[in-house]
Amino acid sequence: MRFNIYRYDPDKDARPYMKAYELALEPTDRMLLDALVKIKAQDDSLAFRRSCREGVCGSDAMNINGKNGLACITKLADLPAQVTLRPLPGLPVVRDLIVDMTQFFKQYESIRPYLINEAPAPERERLQSPEAREALNGLYECILCACCSTACPSFWWNPDKFVGPAGLLQAYRFIADTRDRATAARLDDLEDPYRLFRCHSIMNCVDVCPKNLNPTQAIGKIKDIMVRRAV
Amino acid sequence: MSLPVRTFDAMVVGAGGSGLRAALELARAGLRVAVLSKVFPTRSHTVAAQGGVAAPLANSGEDNWHWHMYDTVKGSDYLGDQDAIEYMCRRAVEVVVELEHMGMPFDRLENGKIYQRPFGGHTQDYGSSKMAMRACAAADRTGHAMLHTLYQQNLHASTQFFVEWMALDLIRDADGDVLGVTALEMETGETSIFHAKATLLATGGAGRIFAASTNAFINTGDGLGMAARAGIPLQDMEFYQFHPTGVYGAGVLITEGVRGEGGYLLNKDGERFMERYAPNAKDLASRDVVSRAMTTEIKEGRGCGPQADHVMLKLDHLGAAVINQRLPGIREIAIKFANADPIREPIPVVPTVHYQMGGVPANYLGEVVAPAPGNREAVVHGLYAAGECSCVSVHGANRLGTNSLLDLLVFGKSSGEQMVKAIRESPAAHKPLPTDAAERSRARLARLDSARSGERVAEVSNDLRRVMQAHCGVFRFPELLVEGVEKMQAIAARAARSFIDDRSRVFNTARIEALELDNLVETAMSTVVSAEARKESRGAQARSDFPERDDANWLKHSLWYKDGSRLEYKPVHLNPLTVESFEPKVRTY
Repeated sequence: MRFNIYRYDPDKDARPYMKAYELALEPTDRMLLDALVKIKAQDDSLAFRRSCREGVCGSDAMNINGKNGLACITKLADLPAQVTLRPLPGLPVVRDLIVDMTQFFKQYESIRPYLINEAPAPERERLQSPEAREALNGLYECILCACCSTACPSFWWNPDKFVGPAGLLQAYRFIADTRDRATAARLDDLEDPYRLFRCHSIMNCVDVCPKNLNPTQAIGKIKDIMVRRAV
Repeated sequence: MSLPVRTFDAMVVGAGGSGLRAALELARAGLRVAVLSKVFPTRSHTVAAQGGVAAPLANSGEDNWHWHMYDTVKGSDYLGDQDAIEYMCRRAVEVVVELEHMGMPFDRLENGKIYQRPFGGHTQDYGSSKMAMRACAAADRTGHAMLHTLYQQNLHASTQFFVEWMALDLIRDADGDVLGVTALEMETGETSIFHAKATLLATGGAGRIFAASTNAFINTGDGLGMAARAGIPLQDMEFYQFHPTGVYGAGVLITEGVRGEGGYLLNKDGERFMERYAPNAKDLASRDVVSRAMTTEIKEGRGCGPQADHVMLKLDHLGAAVINQRLPGIREIAIKFANADPIREPIPVVPTVHYQMGGVPANYLGEVVAPAPGNREAVVHGLYAAGECSCVSVHGANRLGTNSLLDLLVFGKSSGEQMVKAIRESPAAHKPLPTDAAERSRARLARLDSARSGERVAEVSNDLRRVMQAHCGVFRFPELLVEGVEKMQAIAARAARSFIDDRSRVFNTARIEALELDNLVETAMSTVVSAEARKESRGAQARSDFPERDDANWLKHSLWYKDGSRLEYKPVHLNPLTVESFEPKVRTY
């Protein structure tokens, strides 16, 4: 199999370039990450992030033949004989497949991603019905891999002003939580021409999410709640 | 070499569950705390925990901490320290309820309380045949939900993070006190000294010393290597848990919660073989028991597949509704890594290295303890350890499922509390750094910078993993152990001569892997040497030549020192804090 990989080391390269690697695969090589680890055993200068290798830590997001995904759960068998790997688009490249995610995390932090409930906590757990808990499914599972936000044209244009799909999914995760008491403040914070309303339902986020989550739907729900509270 | 010095009240090395729980305690107390992590906090391996966290909430049937304590002592094969186990079980409800208040999305019962499921080795009424519903779960993503919740709370508390910084070595002065760490910033390649009054190791386990592991790439035993190089012993390192259900060929974890929900194991004859090995608990016997049973089935020719080298985990009878609601992550993993949709077909599984029961010796307040003249458990001033890198020892020779997430909450919190107390009682000024504070790290980095040839790091570390896999498995054989020690000595020598091509200062992951190899070597060496020396079978250590537990000679903790690869032993704490001791007895499930 042939891998064309984006290479850039600011310490020695004037500009980025693509480097080709040929790899003879064995039956035990199932996922794209297995291939990357083998390539790195031959050329240790290839830099990429990885950790859990099972799609739950969110480290190894990259652009695979033009589409964002996680290397560890992308099956080699599902890829063509030529694979082109680039860093996630729209974020500054630190080196090779490693991007600077500062702006992405800043937007995540901006939505106050933690439960807010100033009422004195009861001695035991706060109660929540199974239905109310069910409302968090499809939201809390986000792994912050940034596949979605870096596939979003609105985020490419305004990464400093538009929260982006990942951050907005988490904003809705706390709005939807019956235990959270800050819904009004959360909505006020998002009622802004950029923070929420730069989403134009392009739905690239839904297309690329490796956990099959649906940020566009969550964003739609936030907009619905805003409309309902306005009338 | 004079390095930049950054000064804090407290340092936390590692941002998994225990590190984040401790950091929260420190930040909320208003102290200046720095949290160092090789990866962005939510990428830490706690994220991969699946089935649940133990707490006797009694939301589904009677339960109490006494029963939980008994199960944990028995599960440990009586090697666990009973004071620490009592401490953990008594604080379980508190730390889990607290986590719920922080926003953890636990699954719920109809009455709105936290959903709980049965798990291996957790029983009612001191080991009766009735299983306790003790595992508090967020579907099969409990670790993910927990890690994100703890990170979110740390954001709220404005904890200061140093992300993608790798800690290299502990700094100890002439008194033996720990004054902080040296660390490498991956993005720039710069090394700094972090000077602190209290330093917590929360670096997780080292499952990556084995070829087949459920563990993440980052689990390279960094805190263990740092401690060993600083002259601190590693405790009970022979005890590595093989989880019964890693995906065959891939190693990815399939939670014991599958069996908690009613799944079971089958051999090639379609027989539910655990009924023979554990007539009461069956598939929910403790992990060491189930892993040995599976290995025996395979060895005796009753394994599945063309190589007869795995068994099957059946759960289709649970129905699509239960699988989709309670085990959605498992379904995803099985489809991706085993090409099997568990709604229709069983998952091929094998026992796979999962958890390190041993670690840096610590008491239940998180203080690191090591032998000193006149005191077998003298506190190492300034150093704390919590979570999988520590050995408190609550898991003894075998950990019960769901007790690891509990361990990191309880001891993350207690070590944070103890650090706050120690810092408040300490003088205002930091103890001065020794002049050679960064010497050990400098030498390690200089060697890597000057090495131009030799063996590649990846070759040596792959060989290390193969040796450990072949010589230190579910069943351990005397000749293989002796040979394993010799092979590890050769690998340690090769590691010291390994080299990397990458010369860049910017995000040099080859350098990181080379530095990790140093830690893999210390961890693997301590494991195989301690295993070879322990002439008995207990919990996760099963020797062919000594098949029985030997309390007369071996009811004691191992302590391995890097210096001379030397072993010492210390007694088990058989006395709990307030209740009667559980005397060792024959362990059956």
